[in-house]
Amino acid sequence: MKLTKLAAALCATVALPLAAHATELEVTHWWTSGGEAAAVAELAKAFNASGDVWVDGAIAGGGDTARPVMISRITGGDPMGATQFNHGQQALELVEAGLMLDLTDVAEANNWKEIVYPPSLLDACTVDGKIYCAPVNIHSPEWLWLSNKVYEDLGLPVPTTWTEFVASAPQVEAAGKIPLALGNQNWQSNLAFGAITIGVGGLDLWKQVNVDKNMDAAAGPEMLAVFQAAADARKLAAKSTVQDWNQATNLVITDQAAGQIMGDWAQGEFQVAGEVAGKDYTCLPGLGLNEYISTGGDAFYFPKNSDPEIEAAQKRLAALLVSPEVQVAFNLKKGSLPIRGDVDLAAANDCMKKGLEILAGGNIVPAGDMIWSPDVQTQLGDLQAEFWKGQEMTPEEAQARYVEILKSGL
Amino acid sequence: MADRKALPFRNLNAKIAAIPMVATTLVVFLGGTLWTVLYSFTSSKLLPKLDFVGFDQYERLWSSSRWLTSIQNLMIYGVLALVFTIAVGFLLAVLMDQKIRFEDTFRTIMLYPFALSFIVTGLVWQWILNPELGIQHIVRSMGWESFAFDPLNNPDVVLYGLLIAGLWQGTGFVMCLMLAGLRGIDEDIWKAARVDGIPRWKTYLFVVIPMMRPVFITTLVIVASGIIKLYDLVVAQTSGGPGTASQVPAMYVYAYMFQAQNLGQGFAASTMMLLSVLIVLIPWAYLEFGGKKHG
Repeated sequence: MKLTKLAAALCATVALPLAAHATELEVTHWWTSGGEAAAVAELAKAFNASGDVWVDGAIAGGGDTARPVMISRITGGDPMGATQFNHGQQALELVEAGLMLDLTDVAEANNWKEIVYPPSLLDACTVDGKIYCAPVNIHSPEWLWLSNKVYEDLGLPVPTTWTEFVASAPQVEAAGKIPLALGNQNWQSNLAFGAITIGVGGLDLWKQVNVDKNMDAAAGPEMLAVFQAAADARKLAAKSTVQDWNQATNLVITDQAAGQIMGDWAQGEFQVAGEVAGKDYTCLPGLGLNEYISTGGDAFYFPKNSDPEIEAAQKRLAALLVSPEVQVAFNLKKGSLPIRGDVDLAAANDCMKKGLEILAGGNIVPAGDMIWSPDVQTQLGDLQAEFWKGQEMTPEEAQARYVEILKSGL
Repeated sequence: MADRKALPFRNLNAKIAAIPMVATTLVVFLGGTLWTVLYSFTSSKLLPKLDFVGFDQYERLWSSSRWLTSIQNLMIYGVLALVFTIAVGFLLAVLMDQKIRFEDTFRTIMLYPFALSFIVTGLVWQWILNPELGIQHIVRSMGWESFAFDPLNNPDVVLYGLLIAGLWQGTGFVMCLMLAGLRGIDEDIWKAARVDGIPRWKTYLFVVIPMMRPVFITTLVIVASGIIKLYDLVVAQTSGGPGTASQVPAMYVYAYMFQAQNLGQGFAASTMMLLSVLIVLIPWAYLEFGGKKHG
């Protein structure tokens, strides 16, 4: 009896001083593939090293599965310490309803306005002049990933543009390979279409439709050409039967498929598989046609909490996420670009360097999540899924419905 | 008259005991339902807002091709699932009723799939029907190289892939219900039929089945309401794909309520689902309760 009491007292003296400094923060996110998990471990390591405790709340199944869970926890009065969203309109209503912590003081103390590049990232976090999220990385979806081995085996040069890729597809198919790997989820078809829009349609068209929201351009002949290109692409993807994006990437890694249109987060998968950029795989930003990338990405939001200790820890985490050391460690593992231009990514591989160059050159456009509401994005996903997997819908029909959906979001 | 007055206070204890249940039903089920229907007429996005827009959400719903595909899929799946589970379930029950040996063992085997959740069923059948892992792979590795069986990736037949899994899961349960019904038939009926020289199949068709009407109606309602809320099986097996070929209404509700952050649209869709449940339930209630009073 005495002994246990003594032990308990000892424990208390040891535990108490620790508890005074270390605050547990539960962080929810949907980074669960191999490359993503390695990257998020870097964040946890840095946060734990700073004296607090990172409680990992990974939600499997991708953003479409994770976001409803996160939102219902926040609106249901069980907020986590911090949560990932794609910055833009996904968490807009939560911010407007006053459910998110205002980070303006952290941003001012750490001079975010000066260091975050491109500034559009911080704009996407800003509502009514106040900053509500900490951007952590830049992701662009407009990349074509190619397996070099597939082309070497066929004795063909590795394509340098989408046009060459399409031209070489019949030979790839004749060799029993899948020309284009595409997962079965709606957002992946939508992503591929977005990449083709900017690649084939060009920057002007993209801006007219998505930024100026010019519906005549969306219904015009140039956009129809984009739909026709997508109709060609869907034929190439007809034999691809996987679900998740990383399974599709795996088809390219294992040389069963020649290429995949996917965001630069696919890079993390190639890295985990031990492949080398330029030697085992090739990446073509903007599908090799128009080297523009859209600067979407991930950001952390901090739901409001009544406990002042947790609030202090939330602000510590926000500052930490943007700090140069964490930015470098995290983004190297993730394969994404850092949100500040002043860090040295000497260890970056070929593909990341391409991305950094495009970023430095200012060839950037805002991401879909920043321009269109989740409602419009979901409808576009439905349309693209039907268009890509059905094979029957004509480009003209698809375009007519595309315009209808965009109009509903005006 | 004195009797009438006392009526509300009769069995007072039992009535008090029922209050929590009644309150739950009124507040949670009925209240929640009315709340959902009310907000389906608003333009609520991520958070519910009382901003009425009339029938706009319903107009958009019925012009959305994903919703129309969902309804169509549910009809095809529903009719086939209903007919096959009941027919096959009854047939199995009849076979089971032939005083066979090891009946208990067979019954357990048949009922086992029902103990699995739809998620597990869906995943297992996704693997079985997967061309690289399942049936196609096995048959090919036995030598038939050209054998092709890939229902889940073909938009034209994906519903039948779902149907196989649904039948596998649900038939055993229907069999048990039917078997209970068959056991409830008086042995004398069989004796009388035998004396009259009526063949067994005719006895089943013209005597036993009409006598089992209540069992059939109950089964019908259980199976039908299960079909309308079909969701997890599809999520696990195809997640609505390829494209939108295997979408069902419940998935639409979820997608628009949570992923698209458009509560109004999701509520409109769920109100439509409620209507279809009522269409199933009201005739049943009429047959079950209304019929007895008259007969």
